[in-house]
Amino acid sequence: MDFILSALDYLLGIPILGWGTHVGFIYVALLLLVCLLVFTAFILLADRKIWAAVQIRRGPNVVGPFGLLQSFADLLKFAFKEVVIPAGADKILFIAAPLITATLALSAWAVVPVNEGWVIADLNVGILYILAISSLGVYGVIIGGWASNSKYPFLGSLRSAAQMVSYEVSIGLVIITVLLCVGSLNLSDIVRAQYEMGLAHMIGLPQLSFLNWFWLPLFPMFVVFYVSALAETNRPPFDLAEGESELVAGFMTEYSSTPYMLFMLGEYISILLMCAMTTILFLGGWASPIDLPPFTWIPGVIWFVLKLSLVFFMFAMAKAIVPRYRYDQLMRIGWKVFLPLSLVTVIVLAFILQLTGWGWHGGVA
Amino acid sequence: MRAVQFVNTLLLKEFVSTFFLAMRYFFAPKPTINYPFEKGHVSPRFRGEHALRRYPNGEERCIACKLCEAICPAQAITIEAGPRQNDGTRRTVRYDIDMVKCIYCGFCQEACPVDAIVEGPNFEFATETREELYFSKEKLLANGDRWEREIAANISADSPYR
Repeated sequence: MDFILSALDYLLGIPILGWGTHVGFIYVALLLLVCLLVFTAFILLADRKIWAAVQIRRGPNVVGPFGLLQSFADLLKFAFKEVVIPAGADKILFIAAPLITATLALSAWAVVPVNEGWVIADLNVGILYILAISSLGVYGVIIGGWASNSKYPFLGSLRSAAQMVSYEVSIGLVIITVLLCVGSLNLSDIVRAQYEMGLAHMIGLPQLSFLNWFWLPLFPMFVVFYVSALAETNRPPFDLAEGESELVAGFMTEYSSTPYMLFMLGEYISILLMCAMTTILFLGGWASPIDLPPFTWIPGVIWFVLKLSLVFFMFAMAKAIVPRYRYDQLMRIGWKVFLPLSLVTVIVLAFILQLTGWGWHGGVA
Repeated sequence: MRAVQFVNTLLLKEFVSTFFLAMRYFFAPKPTINYPFEKGHVSPRFRGEHALRRYPNGEERCIACKLCEAICPAQAITIEAGPRQNDGTRRTVRYDIDMVKCIYCGFCQEACPVDAIVEGPNFEFATETREELYFSKEKLLANGDRWEREIAANISADSPYR
């Protein structure tokens, strides 16, 4: 298997990068891409099913067993519809916006470790990369809203741009609290740190590794991160950008067919990215919750996907049970509650870590 | 008071309690009916698609008394009467119901002295054109033949109450 892969590697590498180069990362990237897209299709269905179940409905159940193929039917439908470009729209930007959103959302996954060593680009500044990419995501939204040349998309894009920028601040500070404990910007190091330090080690029961993870010592930050992640990805209850009663569908109003699908795809992939970030920062990434045989037999990637799905379940439940916020309430929570709270935590935590010497010392940086 | 509220907000008390409430609904049996594959209960008194019935020996019940035509508030029924060729008895030559006009009030089946015109349990008779909704005597008799079992069962189920 290795031989075939490396042979393919050489053959493919020559036309792309010249003689003697390895392009093995392309297969890994393609594998991750395909897994991610298929997973997104089922996550989309899960979202609708969970939403329906809470409202005592059945949800999509016609296409395939239990409606499992619904997302693929939707994909076909989107792909075969006509792309409508409004007469007054800026054509190039109008087409570019969904591409930007989807591409950026996908590219952030390059640094996400799904298992020990299972990462395409093991950047030592992985967190910075993810912050940079998700900040760029605003461009897709604001370009899409502006290029549509229509009032609802414009208002929607202004709203969601302001919202995404505001919550990025508190997300950044929450990430800093975790980074203070870990002392490394590498996402794999953050997970490794949760193996080797934490409350379980303190109370002398290192087998209960779920106590080790940062969700317990940094619980308020965990909550702030969860809520900010909802706001950052424009998920309900913070989906003011596409509040259908007032803005039709926000910045996506004028979009149809494949561009619309790309927007949806980008949105759900960035939701999955936020779920993955929650898993890595607070829920121990690929670590098994109890460090004893029946649990350690299960491969790390499965634990990662399970945790990610659990976080997504909470995202979907928040959509089902929380009513939509008013815009001023949204801004109040972002700037007047989460920002001071996370800022104070950063300062206090820095003092505590400096005074007690607690923290992870296994990293390279 | 404000301190209590602050703690409740910080611990997301309302969110957590709502979450457990939502989980109760999450596992609750779903009342949705899987419509084309399973259908809801229809009362014996349901007033659906019209049908003209026959006696068990195959004879038409309708005697062209025109009571239904007279009582129809929407004037949807048109009847022409005449002697039948083979035995000269009074029968309908023409019995049309304009289903577009019909308001499904059920007065025609109340007025009928011989239980000839009835409204059956069928409600799935949507058509692609309006013309198909102008029911002729043949169509109504065919309906009667098709739904006789259900119609007879419904009439006998409802008879103790009238």
